[in-house]
Amino acid sequence: MKRLVSLVVVILAVSLGLGLTAHHLQRVEGVVGSGNNVLNLYNWGDYIDPALITKFEHETGYHVSYQTFDSNESMYTKIKQGGTSYDLTVPSEYMVQRMKADHLLRPLDKNRLTGMNNISSQFKNLAFDPHNEYSVPYFWGTLGIVYNDKFVKKGELTTWDDLWKPQFKDNIMLVDSSRDVLGLALMSQGHSANTHDQAQLDEAEQKLTKLTPNVKAVLDDEIMMYMEQNESAVAVTYSGNAAEMISNNSHLHYVIPKPSTNLWIDNLVIPKTAKHLKAAYAFINFMNRPENAKQNAEYVGYSTPNAPAEQLLPADVRQDKEFYPSASVIKDTQVYQDLGVKETGTYNDLFLQFKMFRK
Amino acid sequence: MKQGKLFYYIPYGLWIALFVIAPVVLIVYQSFFNIAGHFTLSNYATYFHSGVYLKMTFNSVWYAFLITAITLLISYPTAYLLNQLKHKQLWLLLIILPTWINLLLKTYAFIGLLSRSGSVDSFLTFIGIGPKQLLFTDASFLFVATYIEIPFMILPIYNAIAELSPSYVNASRDLGASGWQTFSRVIFPLTLDGVKSGVQSVFIPSLSLFMITRLIGGNRVITLGTAIEQHFLVTQNWGMGSTIGVILIVAMVITMLLTGERKKKGRTRHAK
Repeated sequence: MKRLVSLVVVILAVSLGLGLTAHHLQRVEGVVGSGNNVLNLYNWGDYIDPALITKFEHETGYHVSYQTFDSNESMYTKIKQGGTSYDLTVPSEYMVQRMKADHLLRPLDKNRLTGMNNISSQFKNLAFDPHNEYSVPYFWGTLGIVYNDKFVKKGELTTWDDLWKPQFKDNIMLVDSSRDVLGLALMSQGHSANTHDQAQLDEAEQKLTKLTPNVKAVLDDEIMMYMEQNESAVAVTYSGNAAEMISNNSHLHYVIPKPSTNLWIDNLVIPKTAKHLKAAYAFINFMNRPENAKQNAEYVGYSTPNAPAEQLLPADVRQDKEFYPSASVIKDTQVYQDLGVKETGTYNDLFLQFKMFRK
Repeated sequence: MKQGKLFYYIPYGLWIALFVIAPVVLIVYQSFFNIAGHFTLSNYATYFHSGVYLKMTFNSVWYAFLITAITLLISYPTAYLLNQLKHKQLWLLLIILPTWINLLLKTYAFIGLLSRSGSVDSFLTFIGIGPKQLLFTDASFLFVATYIEIPFMILPIYNAIAELSPSYVNASRDLGASGWQTFSRVIFPLTLDGVKSGVQSVFIPSLSLFMITRLIGGNRVITLGTAIEQHFLVTQNWGMGSTIGVILIVAMVITMLLTGERKKKGRTRHAK
């Protein structure tokens, strides 16, 4: 009994100590975010060069509290519930559309924005946000195929249809996302990846079940680790993940498949609940400066929409046709649109059905 | 006096109301709303009319059954042998030790072991079997899930066997029962309670496994847990997610009833 009591006392004392220390650290770092000199930035994990945050803090005197999410949907849920007020967040294009429709975003005051001319016109004024009323492009990329040249020869994979070749039996990893997997089947059949046509979707589902023998696994970011370890010959993933894998394993190569693929754009937006507007605009303008956008692109590995920044990048990066494809390739790409809740459900049910289908 | 007694029930009552009853009620309530927020029974209709969900339920139950059966097969002899050993507590500690380590860490350790460049595959190549695809197979999924659940099966069985008085076994031997008869007629029935609680604590969590299905099964094994995760995080269809949750709760209640204490009928006590 005595031992039990002393154990309880020790546990309480340790928790109290840890709690006080954490509170103190939070106050020092401003995580609580109550002061006026704070910018609450809600971003994807590892999606900004930390040196840029320090630079921004030195330059403007604002303190950045960086918090992360791992999917558009979880970010959306958190913003919608409104428990914390974030000043800036980074949704993908279809999520910008949904947040806009749900009145979760604050329109941008163009007079307070600088450097918008740096953004390449290819990424401005797109259907998901006409005239960029709410969003400023942050990074962009494509959906594509990574292959390992130990197992696959160059030129064996150029179209989506090549994934169905029997030689890749049990050797393909797919990204765990209904839009992307159904999208690749739809695009391989020449349809829109935003289709609402049930017949086209059923046809895509039929085609996908034939892909099952080749599918080794359906995963998220773990794909990077497995591909780097030569676990699988082929993976369907995003260009940014591909860049990271390639930098760790020189046997890997990225291909933008024909006939067309998805082009996605992540954007800076200001949620309705934002409290530090001045800091938010200062940050957007800071990131729009070419030298900062360039530094960020070098750190993160995704493609920057900032045209002067692209010119600042080393020639071998800038001229890499898989990461900075020519205008004609970009013209053929498709940008996802928000499908609405009902159709999102349909896509997910079909995807679940595909995952359930046994070899 | 009675008032005073009632007072002590308040914390328990509050706890049960807030953390047991309220969440279940909320899940049931939520399951009657469709994605547009209208009251409806359509979620249940979808569940029972869609082959996908029924097949998924079958998958969940089937895999949970396999995991439980394998764990039981390994755990019962282990628990029995443990009781015969000299330093029981030490051995038991060694078996419980892995539960101190975070589940995710253990799963990642298995990825390291089972992957193409992992040590198991190197060993297979070394002894001449050649490299095999180990990860993302049913076998590896069952193996890892069983490994993780084993301590939860061994503990209750171990305790039941430890409580078994050796005089029963001796009596059975003295009366001429064979080893097998002693086990099947005396030891096993008397330790059945331990087996039942072991089965409960393995089968029920196994029904809704979802992280291992992705990391080790590569999403080739889809259970109801995967569907719930998807409905809450991706489609935002909380109604459908809750419906599957209700189905899982019902499945668990059934498991409890089947493995729980039954009233012993037909046995009257001869009072003297």
